[in-house]
Amino acid sequence: MANLPPLSLHIPEPSARPGEQSGVAAVQLPEPGETRRPDTLAVEADMRDLPFGLIRVLDDQGVAVGPWIPSVSPDLLRHGLRSMMLTRIFDDRLFRAHRQGKTSFYMKSTGEEAIGAAQSMVLGGGDMCFPTYRVMSWLHARGYPLTEMVNQVFSNEKDPLKGRQLPILYSARAYGFYSLSGNVGSRFGHAVGWAMASAYKGDDKIALAYIGEGTTAEGDFHEALTFASVYHAPCILCVTNNQWAISSYSGIAGGDETTFAAKAIAYGIPGLRVDGNDFLAVWAATEWAAERARSNKGATLIELYTYRAAGHSTSDDPTKYRPADEPEAWPLGDPIERLKQHLITLREWDEDRHAMLADELDQLVRVAVKEAEAVGTLGKSKPPVSEMFEGVFKEPDWRVIEQRRELGV
Amino acid sequence: MPTMNMIRALNSALDVKLGQDPDTLIFGQDVGYFGGVFRVTDGLQKKHGLKRCFDAPISEGGIIATAIGMGAFGLRPIAEIQFADYILPALDQLVSEAARLRYRSNGEFWAPITVRSPYGGGIFGGQTHSQSPEAIFAHITGLKTVIPSNPYDAKGLLLAAIEDDDPVIVLEPKRLYNGPFDGRHDQTLETWAGVPEAEVPEGHYTVPLGKAAVVREGRQATVLAYGTMVHVAKAGIEESGVDAELLDLRSIVPLDIETIVASVTKTGRCVILHEASRFGGFGGELSALVQERCFWALKSPVQRVAGWDTPYPHAFEWDYFPGPGRLAAALRRAMED
Ligand SMILES: Cc1ncc(C[n+]2csc(CCOP(=O)(O)OP(=O)(O)O)c2C)c(N)n1
Repeated sequence: MANLPPLSLHIPEPSARPGEQSGVAAVQLPEPGETRRPDTLAVEADMRDLPFGLIRVLDDQGVAVGPWIPSVSPDLLRHGLRSMMLTRIFDDRLFRAHRQGKTSFYMKSTGEEAIGAAQSMVLGGGDMCFPTYRVMSWLHARGYPLTEMVNQVFSNEKDPLKGRQLPILYSARAYGFYSLSGNVGSRFGHAVGWAMASAYKGDDKIALAYIGEGTTAEGDFHEALTFASVYHAPCILCVTNNQWAISSYSGIAGGDETTFAAKAIAYGIPGLRVDGNDFLAVWAATEWAAERARSNKGATLIELYTYRAAGHSTSDDPTKYRPADEPEAWPLGDPIERLKQHLITLREWDEDRHAMLADELDQLVRVAVKEAEAVGTLGKSKPPVSEMFEGVFKEPDWRVIEQRRELGV
Repeated sequence: MPTMNMIRALNSALDVKLGQDPDTLIFGQDVGYFGGVFRVTDGLQKKHGLKRCFDAPISEGGIIATAIGMGAFGLRPIAEIQFADYILPALDQLVSEAARLRYRSNGEFWAPITVRSPYGGGIFGGQTHSQSPEAIFAHITGLKTVIPSNPYDAKGLLLAAIEDDDPVIVLEPKRLYNGPFDGRHDQTLETWAGVPEAEVPEGHYTVPLGKAAVVREGRQATVLAYGTMVHVAKAGIEESGVDAELLDLRSIVPLDIETIVASVTKTGRCVILHEASRFGGFGGELSALVQERCFWALKSPVQRVAGWDTPYPHAFEWDYFPGPGRLAAALRRAMED
């Protein structure tokens, strides 16, 4: 043993840091159409190549190719495009509102809009999504009222969550959107439990959960997969791999060693790796997993391979830890541009309509922000202070009653 | 002597220790290249090397578990948990492992780990970036919990924590990172510049765990506080007009019971102030101790001023945060009885 070199501790590092050339453009990716599509009822053991492929439908010209082309009407595609554009415009506007001191915090999902938009359209009204803070396109695609969203971000008197939650940590049951919380990962298992309950009741609803690739390190991720595997829970478990967890690149979550989709193999459930910036690919993979879940074949793990094009939140400056050109260098492009291109190649869209739509959405967001501002921004307006004490328990106990009295509300 | 804000003082403690002891290392979410979301580890990776200060996966249970393993091997790991709210996923590792390793192995293994974590509110952080979980740790035999209120103490207590052979949690009042804050949120922001406790030596020194500081001497009542609330208490005492003695506990385990008993025995009145919600909070333990040990000296019932028994609500930050007005009212009540 003495002749061995001494052990050394491995600390992973990304390919490039600020001032260096980003390595993302050189990442080796399967071609559009290359990754095969098994039958939705296929045996998991026969699909263990899929976590190392990449489901891609749109090619560089915006043409749909390969076995995963979903059948989606042009109207639905246009709705998807509109939802993604709305999400981006809304995000940009509310991010600026934070800079103007109108709220305490905001997070954008720039570059990741295809995920929530496509998946919310594939799943049914009774299905439940267990979101992260970066899938707001789910709500936009389902038409959640914009003014209410801004009211929540401003924590004002008309905030539907009564000022109790941080901006964008929405809850919207009627839109199939489970309550968000600031601690990451902890709702992943709720989705599995929700799906188990649906199966227990002989219902037809399925669940869909999101977790960031960084957060797959939490026990919650592995626990949820175990339960989903054991009980064949009818759910779709999604890892949004946007390459960065605040300042930590995906290697800090084990991404240098294997793919996130490949985690499924150890649990004996199918793992799909999907181009998350390709609306059609996200659609097709979700439809596949939903059909499998509804056929009582249990859970699927989907890695949505994407890129966090903006900072982590209003508190973050990504140029401090990653090359400034990296978002531009991302090889899978912008999901909005790509779906737009596709619709144009189908002759279902053109630049003029696109520009008109952008103006229309901009106007909608402007009006919503104006309406919310009229109610008030953070600190200028808030729900009645008594709301602080409501909802701790279904019925308030003596502590809450006494403390309300002490505060005089 | 240089003036340091609390972030720089903590950074200086870590820098000193990494320089002195090759068996110390720092890890936690975003602490490496980036230097931590609050910048406390800024520059340390560059100066001391990749393996002395590095990023950890988003797994608080994993961070504490591996820290314990490193500590058992013989290192002195310093783990950062990004917000004290997120210590909770690691609770079992702290409670059943770090706190008991020495006891159950009859001293064969122990966990000389330090867990640093920003805690407390006042920054509009909402329910999961504002909590004060110190009472949970205080309840666990085998864990020490330290809460500084100024840059000088922050550096000295952190160095003492790192050098301690038992697990120590250092809760850093994030609202005090850049300046003192007395709860008067509508006034202009203060910095640490010119504050005597922000004069921090560059080199090594420690502030012992378990020694309270008498921040203000007084005759009529004793106020017990720690962290951000020390500054709130100063303002509240002034507002009340009561000649109160203010103790900054600095560490809640070990607890400086002698200084507490001496003060309350002298003043005969006691008001406890903490930001955490009231029911089952650390104020309950303090109140019981004072009642048990100073009963015959007490002229009025012990009072507790604390956060309400609700989660920390975003829009109602200042309705929740126990400010100087509430302390002043409690002091006046204590005087009436
Ligand atoms: C339990 C817990 N630990 C730490 C944090 C602090 N935190 C907030 S977001 C984040 C990064 C999450 O990264 P990822 O899961 O990749 O999602 P992304 O933000 O990239 O979408 C961290 C560490 C938290 N909110 N909750």
